[in-house]
Amino acid sequence: MSDMGQPEPGTHTASEMMMVAAARALKDDDVCLVGIGAPSAACNLARLTHAPHLTLIYESGTIGSKPQVLPLSIGDPELCETALTTVSVPEMFAYWLQGGRITVGFLAAAQIDRFCNINTTVIGDYAAPKTRLPGGGGAPEIASCCQQVFVIVAHSPRAFVPTVDFVTSFGFGTGADHRRRLGLLTTGPSLVVTDLCLLRPHPHTKELQVTAMHPGVMREEITTRTGWPVQFAENLSQTPSPTDEELGVLRDLLRRSGLTRAGAP
Amino acid sequence: MPRILSLQDAIADSVHDGDTVAMEGFTHLIPFAAGHEVIRQRRRDLTLIRMTPDLIYDQLIGMGCARKLVFSWGGNPGVGSLHRLRDAVEHGWPQPLELIEHSHAGMAHAYAAGAAGLPLAILRGYAGTDLPRVNPQIRFIDDPFSGERLAAIPPLRPDVTIIHAQRADRTGNVLLEGIIGVQKEAVLAAKRAIVTVEEIADDLRRPSPNSVVLPAWTVHAIVAAPGGARPSYAHGYYRRDNAFYTQWDAISRERETFLTWMRDNVLRIPSSPPPRARG
Repeated sequence: MSDMGQPEPGTHTASEMMMVAAARALKDDDVCLVGIGAPSAACNLARLTHAPHLTLIYESGTIGSKPQVLPLSIGDPELCETALTTVSVPEMFAYWLQGGRITVGFLAAAQIDRFCNINTTVIGDYAAPKTRLPGGGGAPEIASCCQQVFVIVAHSPRAFVPTVDFVTSFGFGTGADHRRRLGLLTTGPSLVVTDLCLLRPHPHTKELQVTAMHPGVMREEITTRTGWPVQFAENLSQTPSPTDEELGVLRDLLRRSGLTRAGAP
Repeated sequence: MPRILSLQDAIADSVHDGDTVAMEGFTHLIPFAAGHEVIRQRRRDLTLIRMTPDLIYDQLIGMGCARKLVFSWGGNPGVGSLHRLRDAVEHGWPQPLELIEHSHAGMAHAYAAGAAGLPLAILRGYAGTDLPRVNPQIRFIDDPFSGERLAAIPPLRPDVTIIHAQRADRTGNVLLEGIIGVQKEAVLAAKRAIVTVEEIADDLRRPSPNSVVLPAWTVHAIVAAPGGARPSYAHGYYRRDNAFYTQWDAISRERETFLTWMRDNVLRIPSSPPPRARG
């Protein structure tokens, strides 16, 4: 998750820019269901900077977790010990997720396509897979029941494919009003954060388009690392660079987390 | 009322070849010691149910105990793949593994339906995903009141559920606390339940009148297995051994290193918990 070595003072890595940009998307009054890995880092960065009242929920049942170190798993002790309350897993999925009480679901992806469908199940054919991935876990219903969904994924042609091999988490299907036709009343994916840019679904076609580029990134980099002819929004903006505070808090968080995981006190 | 048994006797008594077995514990309180005893007793053709297969099912699958897996997320949390699970699915080693794949929401609802004695679970789920295409147990029905289309799946009803908990009293009442996952539902859904515990005490020491307690008469066997959830953890007793979860990636990646580790750390060590990670 973190880059090897520290960048020069006053600079940042592409991965750090991705975490910071993702964190900025969360609001102080959001109730966020947090995926493990990069989403967890971004959500906790938000909580430790501009959104101190952000409610973080992990699918293991912890509500209002305030971890001082990033958890390795979705059910680390730190999440339960710092939570306001911990409910059972059936309660989490029935009352809290399905009940529509979560404003943002924050997911990662192995593959993502132009209509923001996500695959974390299998590369290749399901019955004879090239690579068997872990599977959906909570993501299929996080994608359908949260009011909106943010995705964080490093930008590569392996991840950004024209069509996913398996729809684990439904984004916009084949585009336009596909969600509505399935009876899904939630917004669905509204933001994809990568190490190069931000993408958002086009208001009508629902195809992902680049709406902001991170500092120093060229259009060509995004084009060559996207598996379909990606469109750029007309009012393309530039992501503000990470502030010293954002970078400091993120680096502290990753450093603390690394020490804890290695078994140090 | 449950009998208080040794781990060997509890597994020999309740887990049979061909059984449908659920070992639950959502990251926390994973019944590793019991799973290892199943491996030592060389059970075969099991249908294993578990939301998050974790290392314990990686070990059971790699040792050839399982014919089928009912699950919703099969990875090493925060680390990567379960290599033995992948080897079974991708290459059929040591034998092919049939997958019945769900989402967490589906599994959670299916356990709850099993505990409630209902013939099906209903949820707002799976819409638009490819899971119904590969799992014929996922169907859709129309709500007779609103007309909304909802997912319907069969309940989970294990022959035997095995969980690990903090404590039991001498009558066999069981206390769980912390991340309690789906264990209560998994026990109530099962024909038989084995509970391994950190300690059997005179007093259950319930922290609150609303504590999660399984009454003795819902449990078939109680086993004292201190450390029995390692390398996962037991809230109030010991921490998760994240270093071991990371080391498992290298241990399990190749068949030979996996088999050597299992021989040295499970097969040759009767009924003891797995060792802690070194370093």
